[in-house]
Amino acid sequence: MTDVQPVLSGHNLVKTFGKVVGLNGANLELYPGEVLAVIGDNGAGKSTLIKCFSGAHIPDSGEMFVGGESVTFKSTQEARQHGVETVFQTLAVSPALDIASNLYLGREVRKPGFVGKVFRTLDKKGMRAASKQHLSDLGIGTVQNITQAVETLSGGQRQAVAVARAAAFGSQVIILDEPTAALGVRESARVLQLVKDLRDRGMPVILISHNMPQVFEVADRIHVQRLGRRAAVITPQTHTMNDAVAIMTGALTVDEADQTLGPVGAAA
Amino acid sequence: MSDSAAPQHDLAEEFSSRTSPMQKIQSTLHRYPYLSPLIVLIAAMIIFTLLNERFLLPNNLSLMTQQTVIVGTLAIAQTLVILTAGIDLSIGAIMVLGQMVMANLAVSAGASNVLPIAGQSPVVAIILGILVAMLAGAVNGFLIVKLSLPPFIVTLGTLSIFTALTLILFKARTIQGPEIPDLLKVMGNAFSIGPFQIMYGVIVMLVLYAIFAYILRSTAWGTHIYAVGDDPQAAELSGINTKRVLFSVYVVSGLIIGIAAWITIGRVGSASPNVAPNINLDTITAVVIGGTSLFGGRGTMIGTLLGALIVTVVENGLALAGLDQAYRVLAIGVLVIAAVALDQWIRRVKS
Ligand SMILES: Nc1ncnc2c1ncn2[C@@H]1O[C@H](COP(=O)(O)OP(=O)(O)OP(=O)(O)O)[C@@H](O)[C@H]1O
Ligand SMILES: [Mg+2]
Repeated sequence: MTDVQPVLSGHNLVKTFGKVVGLNGANLELYPGEVLAVIGDNGAGKSTLIKCFSGAHIPDSGEMFVGGESVTFKSTQEARQHGVETVFQTLAVSPALDIASNLYLGREVRKPGFVGKVFRTLDKKGMRAASKQHLSDLGIGTVQNITQAVETLSGGQRQAVAVARAAAFGSQVIILDEPTAALGVRESARVLQLVKDLRDRGMPVILISHNMPQVFEVADRIHVQRLGRRAAVITPQTHTMNDAVAIMTGALTVDEADQTLGPVGAAA
Repeated sequence: MSDSAAPQHDLAEEFSSRTSPMQKIQSTLHRYPYLSPLIVLIAAMIIFTLLNERFLLPNNLSLMTQQTVIVGTLAIAQTLVILTAGIDLSIGAIMVLGQMVMANLAVSAGASNVLPIAGQSPVVAIILGILVAMLAGAVNGFLIVKLSLPPFIVTLGTLSIFTALTLILFKARTIQGPEIPDLLKVMGNAFSIGPFQIMYGVIVMLVLYAIFAYILRSTAWGTHIYAVGDDPQAAELSGINTKRVLFSVYVVSGLIIGIAAWITIGRVGSASPNVAPNINLDTITAVVIGGTSLFGGRGTMIGTLLGALIVTVVENGLALAGLDQAYRVLAIGVLVIAAVALDQWIRRVKS
């Protein structure tokens, strides 16, 4: 049933922080063109899991594959080079820098020709114009000034900048770690719409969220993380929100053999 | 939520856009951090001119640029370090080490304190002096990056170490001007433009300010310096190699300190291990008065230049006004506190 190869997968990932166990043999598969939600209690290891794929953590053991290729990421830069873009739970924006600088942080574009080569002059105009385009692509018209420092933005606008950065540069996978946690109803709806838009463009998305209605609205499949491992993979069609919460808290356990579901559509 | 919510929303927006004049000032200063030192400098110059018309004479203006040159050049290095949320207490010690290397290498064997290596050509002496300063910066950078020690502690330690090293290697003896080759003292020479006497060292300082202002504003390395000082974790997650940025900042600051050592020999006219004893704190004073935040991530080179000029102008102006040393020190102290308080206030800006 699963002749479709995952775009991103992890097998038996272990990550410890001294005595604290973050991941205890976790698996994850993300298939082309799907939204995979990752849910779980606080401390279940959701952020730790995706940080391995983002290059922010180096797993103690286990294997990771992106586009079928075995990968080991030693930095976020390396993950980005493989087309994996992440919006971290902490956003990872630089407050004192302006919006355009934040979008291009770590991958600045130099002016073409002699000036760029010898004087290493940044193409600020070009980066600003492109940033403006990216933001308006996402329907984020509320930011008037692209040279505004990020610290002068509201929480929702900052979130939008972080999401725009990932959406602009992700070529394989986009990972969003609780992107709506700090947002109001309207802004949350916009981010969810963005997730759907990305999927419609064929971009696979991993979405971490505590908000069950949101998860059940956008996810194709739902990865339930518990105690540093995957407890189950369910779908909005086969399970209810109550089932999901029961698996999350351990009230309901799923057989090891039934834990994985293939890509939606391939099964059935 | 469509019909009834709309007017409410407009009301809220109207309310939030009603900013007070104070908020406007705050956000303007937030956007242009060199504005406050610029206003202070102009105000100080007006006041001191009113107190004593000799203040504005070409002679005195020329003198003030010369009085600024050592602190001003070193403050470029200090600005880079403070932008990364660090601090360098060993700047003066590295500068002294650098100039003693230069002077002892360049003079004849009879005049040098280290006979076997004396008598080098002045060019070799200057280059080696600058390289030693860069090496000292690299030592600071290594300890801060590799051992993850706080810059304050590391440079407090190397302040003593570099000072002791200078005394051990070169004794405490001053090398007098006549023994030093001209090229080492060339930065102290001046040319005239109309009634003004411009020292070569001042030109070099201004060129360095222009170069580093450009680097901070228009290169990726400059952007990364701000990002690392602003929020190192965010910078790391954004794909910046924060360790490499930090290390390179200390090495480059060593380069600037080495050039400052050369300028200092020219300005002072001799090479003494006891030159400019308060220079570390003076550079920090200039940086802070110039509007750069000690918490890192915000500040400008032009601000630091203005800060260094403010210190000179206030000291010079108060001296001309007949106030003695104690009052000048008092005035600088008040300025530092005011600058830090202003920075705290500006940092609280929110949209
Ligand atoms: N850098 C770290 N150092 C030490 N312990 C860590 C670190 N990061 C995560 N942990 C620990 O690993 C476990 C999993 O944390 P993680 O942040 O992955 O949880 P989470 O599922 O994302 O939770 P939340 O819903 O609160 O974001 C927790 O016990 C946490 O304390
Ligand atoms: Mg988390």
